Amino acid sequence: MEQQLDFLVDKVVAELQKKLGEATEQAPSPKAETGGLIQLRSEPKAEPVASATTAPTQAPVANEQPAPSAEPERTTHVPNPKYKEGLDELLSSTPARIGVWRTGVRPLTKTMLELRRDHAAAVDAVYGEVSQAVLDQYSLFTVETQYDNTENYLKRPDMGRVLTEEGVRLLQERCQKKPQVQIVVSDGLSAAAVDANLKDVLPSLMDSLKSYGLTCGTPFFIQGGRVASMDHVGEILEPEVLVLLIGERPGLVTAHSMSAYMCYRPRKGMVESERTVISNIHRQGTSPVEAGAHIGTILSKMLEQKASGVKLVL
Amino acid sequence: MNTKTTVLGQTYQFRDLKEVFAKANEDKSGDQLAGLAAADSRERVAAKQVLADLTLADIRNNPMVPAEEDEVSRVIEEGINEKIYSEIKNWSVAELREYILSHQAGDNELKRISRGLSSEMIAATAKLMSNLDLITAASKIKVVTHANTVIGQKGVLASRVQPNHPSDNVQGIKASLYEGLSYGIGDAVIGINPVIDTADSVKDILNMTKDVMTKFDIPTQNCVLAHVSTQMRAIRNGAPADLIFQSLAGSEKGNNAFGIDVALLDEADELMRKEGTSYGPNFWYFETGQGSELSSEAHHGMDQVTMEARCYGLARKYNPFIVNTVVGFIGPEYLYDSRQVIRAGLEDHYMGKMHGLPMGCDVCYTNHMKVDQNDMDNLGILLSSAGVNFVIGVAMADDVMLNYQSTSFHDIAAFREVMGLRPAPDFEKWLEKMGIMENGRLTAKAGDPTIFM
Repeated sequence: MEQQLDFLVDKVVAELQKKLGEATEQAPSPKAETGGLIQLRSEPKAEPVASATTAPTQAPVANEQPAPSAEPERTTHVPNPKYKEGLDELLSSTPARIGVWRTGVRPLTKTMLELRRDHAAAVDAVYGEVSQAVLDQYSLFTVETQYDNTENYLKRPDMGRVLTEEGVRLLQERCQKKPQVQIVVSDGLSAAAVDANLKDVLPSLMDSLKSYGLTCGTPFFIQGGRVASMDHVGEILEPEVLVLLIGERPGLVTAHSMSAYMCYRPRKGMVESERTVISNIHRQGTSPVEAGAHIGTILSKMLEQKASGVKLVL
Repeated sequence: MNTKTTVLGQTYQFRDLKEVFAKANEDKSGDQLAGLAAADSRERVAAKQVLADLTLADIRNNPMVPAEEDEVSRVIEEGINEKIYSEIKNWSVAELREYILSHQAGDNELKRISRGLSSEMIAATAKLMSNLDLITAASKIKVVTHANTVIGQKGVLASRVQPNHPSDNVQGIKASLYEGLSYGIGDAVIGINPVIDTADSVKDILNMTKDVMTKFDIPTQNCVLAHVSTQMRAIRNGAPADLIFQSLAGSEKGNNAFGIDVALLDEADELMRKEGTSYGPNFWYFETGQGSELSSEAHHGMDQVTMEARCYGLARKYNPFIVNTVVGFIGPEYLYDSRQVIRAGLEDHYMGKMHGLPMGCDVCYTNHMKVDQNDMDNLGILLSSAGVNFVIGVAMADDVMLNYQSTSFHDIAAFREVMGLRPAPDFEKWLEKMGIMENGRLTAKAGDPTIFM
């Protein structure tokens, strides 16, 4: 078992390195990456949805996080498998819910409840709110978009891209203008992702910026934000570069995945290919601490090259 | 053309066909987002009333997206059989709806009339149909297609096994594939959505699936749902592809956002004729879904039901083996809750069948929609009763790569058992040979993926 775990950890680390490389090589472009359902995604790049090149790496590694949406238990209920060792081999090769057995043509009660439990966690993440304590810890004040309420947020992505008048006023009053780096945090589609990852991502990002000798403006939190809300912030504060840490659409394996969208001189009318993204930031995916450091590196390159997205060479 | 009517004492004057078409739709968040939806139920009924009295000639003579501006419109327009159209052009949409639902219109009659109809006319009838109308009409149309095997027969519910893996690990894909096969799933296609969209990776997965098919003598088809141009490169490099896949939009601009146009589809079609590995004559696999045009701002001010119908107008040019709508995938800004997803699933299936297409459905949802697995149970049973050609099978409904939920292997087995449906005949014989199925029921061995090891 331990050996298997080591093997899995190795595999995951290898994958992560590959993914992190891939994720940052290019902003996901619809033409390069489309395929199948991915082509039909609502806003494959603009929204906090794992895209094809940055699809989550979800391997069945041990999970320290007490997440209700932890990885499915890797036990099998097939009573008399033809090849018992083979079943373990299959289970270790995928996080998919296989080897689950059945009663008649329906799933066993335990399997059914696991699915419902993980769905509940995902739904909670969408409808949840970011903990005030987490925001306070990093002195993030809150501004809202015009989303109004969660139902409207889900139906009207356009309203999640524009801050309220009050929000604009707050930014003008409280934020440093024309900073070199602007950090913005938003709940997006998973408040739980902010709660789970901010404490790791933010300090390592700050350290990284410091090591590159970059200065940071006044960070804040956007409630009800969509990816393109960074464009509106760009208009108001005119940063050189901006990073938006935003909750992704929750999946069943994890509801805690976060994306970092980065842009050089963000402004209204940005096209998606001008953004650079690291997605799949969570403890079973791209490690939040590593992600924070990596974001710092990317931002410094953006400043050097005065470019982001597909034009950025990493 | 009359676009004015009175409902419950209030007079409504609609601006043009686009407005009538949009406001006649059942309530959808996507039409609201586009600013096209009816303000209330009364206005919705008014639009339906106006639409019911329009003639088919009104619809054809007032093109909503002119053929000069859009190649999808050209494909639809060029596909119309003038002889059949001239017989029915003076029918109102109400009359067309009643003909489609009448006992005199059976499978043959509906297939014939389909050739005289544009996608917009078919969409118009969907707007005047209740959910049960959509089921009743669709259930009369059997679209039988042949690649390596034949699916679409009466009494058959086929399935795509979708063994996706978050990093395209070939062993991991195989594991889910074995699990699916052991539940009798995979007669429509073994279809994988790849994470990595490169020709080499696509080729590896096509080779692996082909090897499994050969080793166990499985009568089905393989497909990797990468971008069509990636699949073409893989095929040119010798990859064995029984089917070729592409997502479609209902406008040229929407297709451009997918990185395709008619010329590219024609080129892929030609390539498959020469180098595809299935018997044919049907070798295309298309996916569509309400709202995708709006998401790329390519909807030309039109509602999502009509745009969806236009995808089918494009699809029928290529005589596909299978088509499915990924109904609940596009997101809550287009279909907000279970009511809207169920409605859209039935609309899409009906409109596809009325185009003569082998329609399936990815009965599915994302976690930010007001939908859960119970709603998928409902839609799955409704579509099974409507004669859907195939549905998607994912281990316990949870796609660990695309992060959404579809129907499970168990669900498809249950749809078959409850509705008295069977796998495709060749595949069922194979399941019997493998000891997985007997007399249309799963055996005690079913559900053990290690029988393939």
